[in-house]
Amino acid sequence: MTPETLFYAIGMPIIGVFLGLVYKGIDRRVSARMTSRIGPPIRQPFWDVGKLLLKETVVPENAVRWIFNAMPILAFASSMTLLLYIPFGILRAPLEGYGDLVVILYLLTLQALAMAIGGFASGSPFSSVGAQREMVLMMSYEMPFAIVITGFALIYKSFSLSTIASTPVWSIVGPLGGLGVLLLLIAFLWVTPAELAKLPFDIAEAETEIAEGMLAEYSGRNLALFYLSDAVRGFAMIALEVVLFFPFTLSYLFGLNLSGAALYIAEGLWFLFKVLVLYILAVTLVRTSFARFRIEQASRIFWVYVNIIALLGVILIWAEVM
Amino acid sequence: MGTRVTYYVPVGPIHPALKEPIRVEAEVEGEKIVKVDVKRGFAHRGIEYMGMKRNAIQTLYLSERICGICSISHPYAFVIGSEKALGIEAPPRAQYIRTIIAELERIHSHILWLGVIAHEIGFDPLLFWTWKGREKVLDILEAITGNRINYAMYMIGGVRRDLKESHIKALRDMITYYWEFTEHMKEVFLSDPVYKARTRGVAQLSKEMALKLNVVGPVARAAGIRMDVRQDIPYDAYADMDVKAIVPQDIVGEARGDAYDITMVRLYEIEQSLDIIEFCLDNLPEGKILAIPNYVALLNKIKKTEGEAIGAHEAPRGEVIHYLKYDGTRDGPAVWKVIAPSYNNINSWALLLLGAEVADIPVVVAYIDPCMCCNDRVAVVEDSSGRLLDYSYLHKKAVEKTRKLEKELGVRR
Repeated sequence: MTPETLFYAIGMPIIGVFLGLVYKGIDRRVSARMTSRIGPPIRQPFWDVGKLLLKETVVPENAVRWIFNAMPILAFASSMTLLLYIPFGILRAPLEGYGDLVVILYLLTLQALAMAIGGFASGSPFSSVGAQREMVLMMSYEMPFAIVITGFALIYKSFSLSTIASTPVWSIVGPLGGLGVLLLLIAFLWVTPAELAKLPFDIAEAETEIAEGMLAEYSGRNLALFYLSDAVRGFAMIALEVVLFFPFTLSYLFGLNLSGAALYIAEGLWFLFKVLVLYILAVTLVRTSFARFRIEQASRIFWVYVNIIALLGVILIWAEVM
Repeated sequence: MGTRVTYYVPVGPIHPALKEPIRVEAEVEGEKIVKVDVKRGFAHRGIEYMGMKRNAIQTLYLSERICGICSISHPYAFVIGSEKALGIEAPPRAQYIRTIIAELERIHSHILWLGVIAHEIGFDPLLFWTWKGREKVLDILEAITGNRINYAMYMIGGVRRDLKESHIKALRDMITYYWEFTEHMKEVFLSDPVYKARTRGVAQLSKEMALKLNVVGPVARAAGIRMDVRQDIPYDAYADMDVKAIVPQDIVGEARGDAYDITMVRLYEIEQSLDIIEFCLDNLPEGKILAIPNYVALLNKIKKTEGEAIGAHEAPRGEVIHYLKYDGTRDGPAVWKVIAPSYNNINSWALLLLGAEVADIPVVVAYIDPCMCCNDRVAVVEDSSGRLLDYSYLHKKAVEKTRKLEKELGVRR
């Protein structure tokens, strides 16, 4: 084990959890301001996690105990691993040599799957209905997501994220391909709230319908792990979007000539800023201005409209690449 | 092949979609509801029984505690019924003030409902907007009556507080504010595609079914039935103006009776209320506000008068009916029977939920604006000797009475 690996193993989870919770806090605050409320302080998610960790962990009587307890850990682990695949600005991803976009797709799915299985294992009717909904939703949004990734593979002839991150996508496509990438971006933005289980696609956790669905029976440490994995997943998903569609670095945009530590700090902050802006646009704004869809409406949106948009994008890119 | 799996989804008595004690037991196959059972009566305390032991003024303020949200609808029906039974007529000014208060309450109740339905479909920003807008009418009510809820404003034969010039000015400001507010809300609610997608065709009640189920209030009007107590049996200031029941066929040409139509009816009723308040302010008569200002004299009159009557008032949720009988021996009602609108409306749940989706449960539940405290009539609980008038006591009494009747009639169990 090299010192570098050790640093990543310890450092990344801490940074990831910290950033995830900070973004969650900002999201809550901005959303509150949009609805003319004051909102909680930005450090509120940290307090929430702290409180959950102190509380008792209750396992329902008719739950499958080991699955019920294992799924939060699986979800947390998969979101942490996900973080190791995403390059932060010019900082290279720790696991860049060991996987690519397809792995990221699977890791994101794994987490939603863990929640669904945990919901089934809890034996509660609310959780079961929630888990069924999550499965249906997953079947709907994974398809456009996969199509978007295929589109990128067509452009770069590679699934590797470090290859994609090294050159901005807009600089290597022509006008036709540019339009295609734009359509892919729209499709990806539609997928984002569904992937993160936020309104209007938080159907599997609909509070007023099935009382938080899959999470209904979770409490204490288990719920804290789900909460953390949700926060980290939110950050990672948006970071992925920034890497794919907005990879412009400061030096690329303004021609700055920084070097050493100053370069890394400036680029790091720039990357975090881009993620923040996109987070507010793609998650906060959307979840504040939409009502929850019914499951069959959500399925139709993804299967028909988003799929068509994504496929159209891929066709345009294919037309240019061929 | 695989077997069918049915889940049993209990909604209530404690559930995020339903903040009041009632239970909807739904059996679901996947997302579809295949069997529904609605159970109610979780908090019955027998407020009528308590009212029949008190004097009329005390009972009037007890009736205000029946409903926690629209606390004027029950006293209004009580006051009308009592006045009819006792032969007292309130002065014109008092009648107009009563109407103004009742309409103010309709505004706040309808805005509250708009927020609730938005919350139930996951549209929380609208909940915050509407409830922020509702503060204004609550402030006015507080300025006029002294309370934000349970106003203690009405009295048999008038009202207890007069409208001052400053109140009239504030009311006129409020009217301009709410015209803008409802315009905005109409735009937000009625043209939002997601809201439309979630409420069109949900909780759809045809006119025939609505008539069969005896639904009342906005639920009946949304189904296209022209029914409004203010129009059918005008009372107080409503008799001086032309109140028309608001039905969707007048607004858009057809009535489908779904949750979207109810939203429309309620939004237009807010505007109708504004019109009524404006009319009352323009034509506010001068004069006294109480027919019998001395409460002792009033109680004495009640003690000597015999009579029975039905008082009806169009509450925001539908018609509230109070039956009152004074027997001329006591200063309180000898018989007092309350019928609240939710009692009729809740009957439609079982029909509407059958075949619906799980996601529609909150919409169906919220669309009639259920008021459990109107149904179950929660209230306090001790009589003068400190005996607790709780469920078990009343149940025991009911059983005793049934046994007695069986014995008298010679029915065998």
